[in-house]
Amino acid sequence: MGRLIDLCKQKLGGAVISAHEQHGDETVVIHKDAMLTALRWLRDDEATKFDFMMDLTAVDYFGTRPREERFEVVYHLFSLSHNHRLRVKMPVAESDPAVESAVTVWRAADWFEREVWDMYGIVFKGHPNMKRILLYEEFEGHPLRKDYNIRKRQPLIGPEN
Amino acid sequence: MGVTVEEKNLEAALGDSVILTQVDKVIGWGRKYSFFLYPFITACCGMEFMSAAASRYDLDRFGAALPRFSPRQADLLFVVGTISHKQAPILNKVYNQMAEPKWVFAFGACVCSGGMYNNYATVQGIDTILPVDVYVPGCPPRPEIVIDGLVKLQELVANERSSKWPRGKAQYEPRVKR
Ligand code: SF4
Repeated sequence: MGRLIDLCKQKLGGAVISAHEQHGDETVVIHKDAMLTALRWLRDDEATKFDFMMDLTAVDYFGTRPREERFEVVYHLFSLSHNHRLRVKMPVAESDPAVESAVTVWRAADWFEREVWDMYGIVFKGHPNMKRILLYEEFEGHPLRKDYNIRKRQPLIGPEN
Repeated sequence: MGVTVEEKNLEAALGDSVILTQVDKVIGWGRKYSFFLYPFITACCGMEFMSAAASRYDLDRFGAALPRFSPRQADLLFVVGTISHKQAPILNKVYNQMAEPKWVFAFGACVCSGGMYNNYATVQGIDTILPVDVYVPGCPPRPEIVIDGLVKLQELVANERSSKWPRGKAQYEPRVKR
């Protein structure tokens, strides 16, 4: 296993649900409750020093995974000083699509989290401005959820559309 | 301007010193060669619009070259490119700001029908929000078909009755004002 995975397992112990490495890219799956502490540690520790959150997104595994882990929120981290990368994922249940906001760790998370809310309906608790970013406030539903009906028409335009 | 046989006979009887026609025809003839267009450009079709409007294809030959960037000075609304639901209230506002008489030119598949974007974000044809006079399909349409559409619009305008105007506001009233 890769060096970063070993570090995570040492530090976070049971919070690491699983980990894998592919072509030198390391991924750890971390439990939702431990996520914020883990992210803060990843940013601050001298050995990891992930000072750059490159991307934050989500995946909907509707129909392919049990409902308790239907969504997965994904962070892509990069360290400018060490020039290494890590992908951190956390499963999110369909019944409780709410996670802690990472805005206090990286300011860059702000718009990404709004986008994830917009498209997947996952709420980020503690976010300073949790509202839609690409769509408009009157939009009904979250279009990148796999159970969003692709024939659905939004009400703003009127019935004949 | 098109005169009937009786008008011709009457003109001849008067020694060809007068021209007989109808007010609507004179007005239509004047309007069809003096479009002032407002390009409402949102997406890739804009490239093809530039090509059609610039010197090689030269819409100026048809009297429709000068884009006005204020809807109040324009009478031909060129809707060019994908219109999203978020954009629709803005397009609506631009249409309602134009002075009558005014015509709408649907440029490209996206504007005519939503094109390949049959999804949550795209308006499925702008005729759901405002009246359209010419539909020009194509993704994007070639300049030749744009010119063909423009010539068809000229025919339409030349034969219009003044009783058609004013046409009034767009049929769709956005629930949200933006
Ligand atoms: S019709 Fe095609 S070229 Fe035109 S805006 Fe739509 S996708 Fe772009």
